[in-house]
Amino acid sequence: MSLSTPDGTVPPEIPGTILGRLPIQAQIKRLWQSETGLGPILIGLAALILYFYIRSSVFLSAGNITNLFIQATIFILLGMAEIWLLLMGDIDLSIGYSAGIGGAIAVILTSTTHHWPFWVALPLGVLACVGISTAWGLLCVYLRLPSFIVTLAGQIGLLGVLLYLIDSQGNTGGALPVQERVLYDLVNADLTPFVTWVVILAAIGVLSLMILRGDQRRRSAGLEAKPTWLTITKIVLLVGAGIWLILVFNTDRSHFTVLEGMPVAIPIDLGVLALATFILTKTRAGRYVYAIGGNVEAARRAGINVNRYRILAFTMSGAITGIAGLLYVSRLGGISTGIEGGQYVLYAVAAAVIGGTSLFGGRGKMIHAVIGGLVIATIDNGMALINVSAAGLYMVTALVLLAAVIVDSVARRGASTIV
Amino acid sequence: MSSAPESSSSSVTDVSHAAPSDSGAEDIGDYLLSLREVAKNFGPVQAIRRVDLDVPPGQVTALIGDNGAGKSVLIKCISGIYPPSAGQIFWKGREVHSHSPREASELGIATVYQDLALCDNLDIVQNMYLGREETRIAVLDEIKMELDTKELLKDLAVSTVKSVRQLVGSLSGGQRQAIAVARAVMRDSQLVIMDEPTAALGVSQTAQVLDLVRTLAARGIAVILISHNLNDVFKVADRLAVMHLGELVSHGPISNYDTVSAVELITTGQSHRSPTSV
Repeated sequence: MSLSTPDGTVPPEIPGTILGRLPIQAQIKRLWQSETGLGPILIGLAALILYFYIRSSVFLSAGNITNLFIQATIFILLGMAEIWLLLMGDIDLSIGYSAGIGGAIAVILTSTTHHWPFWVALPLGVLACVGISTAWGLLCVYLRLPSFIVTLAGQIGLLGVLLYLIDSQGNTGGALPVQERVLYDLVNADLTPFVTWVVILAAIGVLSLMILRGDQRRRSAGLEAKPTWLTITKIVLLVGAGIWLILVFNTDRSHFTVLEGMPVAIPIDLGVLALATFILTKTRAGRYVYAIGGNVEAARRAGINVNRYRILAFTMSGAITGIAGLLYVSRLGGISTGIEGGQYVLYAVAAAVIGGTSLFGGRGKMIHAVIGGLVIATIDNGMALINVSAAGLYMVTALVLLAAVIVDSVARRGASTIV
Repeated sequence: MSSAPESSSSSVTDVSHAAPSDSGAEDIGDYLLSLREVAKNFGPVQAIRRVDLDVPPGQVTALIGDNGAGKSVLIKCISGIYPPSAGQIFWKGREVHSHSPREASELGIATVYQDLALCDNLDIVQNMYLGREETRIAVLDEIKMELDTKELLKDLAVSTVKSVRQLVGSLSGGQRQAIAVARAVMRDSQLVIMDEPTAALGVSQTAQVLDLVRTLAARGIAVILISHNLNDVFKVADRLAVMHLGELVSHGPISNYDTVSAVELITTGQSHRSPTSV
């Protein structure tokens, strides 16, 4: 059957119906490829969770999920620290040991020998990491050194500094325990179930309001906004996930005593995520970080002080590294000379890349570290549950990292021809 | 094609009422930009010598010449990248010394280089406002920037982009050129210098860019267009300036030239069919 009328024109109602379907398909395609870019990796994460659940029903128990989130915390925070640098095409190989030093300073200053108050000692630990990262930034920017080499030297040197710090506390057997309540509680304390409800619902409320208000402002300005069904789906998913998390966290996880509520570490993660995302997406500084990563010459010609914003990114990375260091010593109950700082860096970069951040600069989001960190923690946790050896664990982690990069690059190739 | 040049000196095409300046140059008050005896040396090498050039507002001045004729050095002197070794540059009749592209851009001189200086990972709005984002209490005002971008692209008749939230990396060469030009216009530039804007473009995209050049001129913006393509030049330019071995050998209204005389000027520095200038 021909669509054309005898005189050769196309009847108006037919192209209307054919073309009418296209926007939805295009929307879905766009959603898959560019909306958040998280589609493939979220499906991968769901597949991993399903696999581990089938192999071991303990995997989805409240206790294990809570544990998994705490395991992911360090990967997530270090991943976020790394993304600030990856966005500009830089990297910091030293953040593992830098975090260790920040944590060690907090442990030492709050120890029973020094008795510094936590509200001085903890910020000082973070500040040490800020100083270290900023120093790398200054070296890279003003002496035009590649960050890879500067921070490789840093990785080696900081391990030395860390060993020196631990040794300086006398004969401790290479480990210093956390002896201060607040530092210990950063990871090990839980909010009460009521506060858990309040915190998570408040977070969802604020986020939903921001999404709705953003859409509404665009509409009232006469601009194209996201379709309503998409916004509503997003909010419904958000509320669903939030309530599921509340129920999981508020289940009693202990057989001997009552252990319930959201671990304090999680709101700390969320706070860092929210603040860093705000800076990256809503302020000039964030915009300039992306611009520098995309085309440094264009940024310079646009009048951006490239040096200042590169150093700022190093500083931000250092601050997040410091917080990661505090949570690290809190979770382990101390700091030891056996810290695997080099491996944490690699996991941090892996978390960022699995989430969808590019190693070549210009592309990435803070949320990528969260997704990537959860993927790595899921593998870590799940493989242990089904009794896979360390050998298998490393090999599977490597495969997931490769798969993430492959999926990402294939999706991107498709996207460049579609959009 | 014109056979009878109205005057022997190209700079007497407009009657000026402006008071002569003490530089001894005539009529600079009527021009947006005037160069007098501008020269640039790199050590012993003289890249350009004694260049006198007048650029009127609202007109397209095509700057042509062979490779190495000094076109690029000349525009770099105008756009503040190189300080001239000698000579004077007048902007709206007032002598100026730009020591950086930034100072030139504050005067209202924008240069669109061949590489366009766009960030592929940012969208059109973000590129347009890069370096001078609108904010409300330190938060980027995306809505205002997007509305203004749409408005400007509509004004400039750039209609081929689907969405101003498209990444610049996904645009065609002509569209990218249009965005780079629109960005220059948005910054209240009164003179836009374009370096080979159509060199890498296909036929239809070249036509788009040339249309855009005419749109700029219609808005009262002066355009200096560097091009190797004489077809393009004769399509859009109001005035022609020809460089040969570092000297500006001829400049004047396009009607004083034809393709043959332009080619002669480019290759030999003189033409028997065109007015002798300078």
